[in-house]
Amino acid sequence: MRVQAARMGEWLSRKSPQEKAKLWTWIAVRTLLILGFCYIILFPLFLRISVAFRSKVDIYDPTVLWIPRHFTLENLQLAISATKYGSALLNTFLISSTTTIIQLATCALAGYAFARLKFKGSGILFALVIFTIVVPPQTIMIPLYLTYRYFDLFGILKWFTEKGHVNLIDTFWPFLISSGTAMGLKNGLYIFIFRQFFRGVPKELEEASLVDGAGIFKTFYRIILPNALPAIVTVLLFSFVWQWNDSYYVSLFLSKVKVLATQLTDMGPALGKEPDPVYQSMLLNTGVLLMMAPLIVLYLFVQRYFVESVERTGLVG
Amino acid sequence: MKRKSLTLEQKKAWYGVLFASPLIIGMIMLFLLPLIQSFRFSLSSIHIVESGFATEYKGFTNYISLFTSNPDYPRSLTESVAHMLVNVPIIIIFSLFAAVLLNQKFRGRSIARAIFFLPVILASSAIANLDISSFVGGTAMSGGGDGGANLLQSFELKKMLLESGMGPAIVDYITGAVDRIYEIISSSGVQILIFLAGLQSISPSLYEASKIEGATGYEIFWKVTFPMMTPLILTNLVYSIIDSFSSNKINTLISQTAFKTFDFGLSAAMSWVYFIIVAIILFVSTALISRKVFYYD
Repeated sequence: MRVQAARMGEWLSRKSPQEKAKLWTWIAVRTLLILGFCYIILFPLFLRISVAFRSKVDIYDPTVLWIPRHFTLENLQLAISATKYGSALLNTFLISSTTTIIQLATCALAGYAFARLKFKGSGILFALVIFTIVVPPQTIMIPLYLTYRYFDLFGILKWFTEKGHVNLIDTFWPFLISSGTAMGLKNGLYIFIFRQFFRGVPKELEEASLVDGAGIFKTFYRIILPNALPAIVTVLLFSFVWQWNDSYYVSLFLSKVKVLATQLTDMGPALGKEPDPVYQSMLLNTGVLLMMAPLIVLYLFVQRYFVESVERTGLVG
Repeated sequence: MKRKSLTLEQKKAWYGVLFASPLIIGMIMLFLLPLIQSFRFSLSSIHIVESGFATEYKGFTNYISLFTSNPDYPRSLTESVAHMLVNVPIIIIFSLFAAVLLNQKFRGRSIARAIFFLPVILASSAIANLDISSFVGGTAMSGGGDGGANLLQSFELKKMLLESGMGPAIVDYITGAVDRIYEIISSSGVQILIFLAGLQSISPSLYEASKIEGATGYEIFWKVTFPMMTPLILTNLVYSIIDSFSSNKINTLISQTAFKTFDFGLSAAMSWVYFIIVAIILFVSTALISRKVFYYD
């Protein structure tokens, strides 16, 4: 009897069925939750893809759930022609890629200055950078528009042109200038990320390089930058994607030059001759899909790298 | 030719100025001057003339007319602020929860993470968000049935929660969150990232110590993980509030006033009132939270 009880106790403590049951329940619940959330995230995307290849007949056919019965590329063609996809894609790509690269350079430089090259007033300047994140972009929308509409560069251009100002609206210059001066879309955030990261790079690394005779600039781009790869990848992806999806600044600065985000808003009127509202929204959906497609392809390639690097960015500091 | 050479510290400071010089120029030209100008605009009326634009000082009339004679502004302002106040807590709770889930070890974790960050890529544009809801509505109308199933779910949940004796206000809040789950998930991508990065920076020795002391998983979460996460909750709170600027009604109203009716003065006044309210919300919420924030070092 006693031996049996002892054995029982031993068995319980070794296998501990209660603990195991708890663990397995938790695993089941967790799997269910994760699958559910993934479904919610992916469902609209799959729905869009499935709808994009449906023909008009399938919209009103309740038996068509996922796989279109009348497979067609007609929607795609219509959406491409309505958005002038080729040129809009090219413009969007040009704006996104150039601003991304310029922003990366200016924000990294500024972030390094805030982290390691402290000067008088750098604290105040950094506080102002944080302030730029907090101020809604609408607050400075009109003056910003007027700055570029009557661009005079602190009155310097008066010496060169007759009118004293140039009109930069409908050119790429507003994007180049604002990213060249680290004032583009969400640049305060990127400066913050870089500063946090550079503060975590050991000081000894930098001192060793200075002792070995490299200048400050050389230290920055030979020693510090290669070590900041996670931060660079994060900022690169964020700035590219946000610039790509941005409809606020592009609609502010560009009215004749077409990019994907503005084309999509104008797509409704462009399809005006299409009477059926459901079919119209189906075409609009195809347009959204076309806008996202390059990003999805990009994400498929960099996703692994991105997820790993964000964890090491020191975003947290 | 002998020049007094700079010390390393001085040299570094000058390089700092050099490195930050683009930022300094941009800060003055594209932020500080526009900010001052925008405030001046809000106090005047602006006409576009041949050689640029002319302003005429009008005092606080723009601000007064916002609240007395403008039909849309007070309504969309309260709507946007209410929307923000409702959504931000849900976003933060959800993203903390998701980050804790994604931080555990399980098979297919990297795929799950990649999917959870997908909204960062896809849903940051306002158009994409706007459109899908109308489209899902369209399929439900034409017999897709997905929208109907969704509705039923939260209805059942509501009944269940009410029967378990919760207050109706809380029940409405929770079921509302369930109904807007796509919106919540799609706007919490960056927050999940930040929390996940924070979770990884918690030293494992803390968990080991508490396990040896016999703490359960539940206790470990509330006594170790949660306190260590509080600084990030503050960060995420600020980020979520700021992020809600990017797509809301007040934003479109301000842009329309400026570029459809060309009332630049009124639009500037709108944005200043909005900015001040947001600043107050930020200030109050950070002041409330930062008292509870726990700093490890």
